Amino acid sequence: MSARVNLTLNINERDYAVSVEPRHTLADVIRDQCGLTGTHLGCEHGVCGSCTILLDGEPVRACLIFAVQCDGQEIRTVEGLSEGNELHPLQASFRDNHALQCGYCTPGFLMLAAGILERNPSISDEDLRDVLSSNICRCTGYANIVKAVRAAVAEMGRR
Amino acid sequence: MKPSAFRYHRPGSIAEAVDVLADVGPDQGRVLAGGQSLVPSMAFRLAAPSTLVDINRIEELGHLSVQDGSLVIGACVRHAAFHRSVVDGVPGPFLTRVARHIGHYPIRQRGTFCGSLAQADPASEWCLVAVALGASVTAASKRGTRRIEATDLIVGAMTTTLAEDELLTEACLPLPAPETRLGFAEFSRRAGDFALAMVLASYRVVDGRIAGACVAVGGAEDRPRRIAAAEMALDGNPPGAETFAAAGGAAAEALDPMEDAQTSVAYRRDLVRTLTSRALERAAA
Repeated sequence: MSARVNLTLNINERDYAVSVEPRHTLADVIRDQCGLTGTHLGCEHGVCGSCTILLDGEPVRACLIFAVQCDGQEIRTVEGLSEGNELHPLQASFRDNHALQCGYCTPGFLMLAAGILERNPSISDEDLRDVLSSNICRCTGYANIVKAVRAAVAEMGRR
Repeated sequence: MKPSAFRYHRPGSIAEAVDVLADVGPDQGRVLAGGQSLVPSMAFRLAAPSTLVDINRIEELGHLSVQDGSLVIGACVRHAAFHRSVVDGVPGPFLTRVARHIGHYPIRQRGTFCGSLAQADPASEWCLVAVALGASVTAASKRGTRRIEATDLIVGAMTTTLAEDELLTEACLPLPAPETRLGFAEFSRRAGDFALAMVLASYRVVDGRIAGACVAVGGAEDRPRRIAAAEMALDGNPPGAETFAAAGGAAAEALDPMEDAQTSVAYRRDLVRTLTSRALERAAA
């Protein structure tokens, strides 16, 4: 077996000292070592998007990056969205618009949407649908997810 | 769905990277760039490299610039770099349109242009672009550097002529002349899926007739290639539905398409026929 590597991951503006094998994905380390189980793993090969997190502000699949690659980078997970008990506008909008049922894919969709809206708040409907096609949801049929993200844009602009 | 164990190196320079590759390349070592194809195949254990040489922190591989009429793309330039126009004129927005067919948005934040060429997936959009526009790549090793034409680099599905100790450091994409028209059309079953077929077409119009036509097909055979019969059907003829349909027919006929359980040879031929016309129409628009 390969030797463990000690490194520090910065997640949601907090440092986590971890000891990983190079083969451990970022998603597994976020969940198993940092205890942040909001990041979900669906397919584990980059297709479903459940494990989407923000790496230096950009949405990426955490199952397709090794944790050992990520020291010194800024990682954000779904746990970093709310402020205390106050939900992030995207979270509130998902609830209000019935954009989830079982909830398994929701953290991935939230981080995907947060990443794209922070980068491009005036994104067109066509581009937004294209971006949201990145992730798989087997409950909602997507229409309410698109609606929720659109509704959150206005609220995010007010903050 | 967990990769098997490997050793990890993160060199800080090309010189350091080729040093490591000289050591580990012949012993199942692999270069890790975006990892959006390599890591899934490791998760399935279709790939089990002994060592990964992570080039993501090598700053000298991040360049993207126009030099002597060519776009020079460093090994760490991500697909997402092409979300915006990277060059003036027709090729900039054209490359943006092509890039939007590559996987999905988060995949494009990590995957790289050069990684696609080194991976040589038959359904790779960038491999088609490279072959159609006459790109070349630079391969570096401890033994020196060499330049490889894209058509000599990609020799089959997932197969290149890169040696085990070589690092693909950059790609050089000649930019078409300003008056060149460019069109691209792709078909896949779902958004972001692998292409079942795609066509890149380019030509100029001189005195109302097509000149310098290029029709290249990807995703249908084991590697992208230009289809001479389709180009001959275009050159010297006026652009329009009739000429485009003739080129589509010629392209479909000249192909030796791959077949799988969902996609028959006849279906891929039909796709190429239609996509060739579409790409030519888009170029005309």
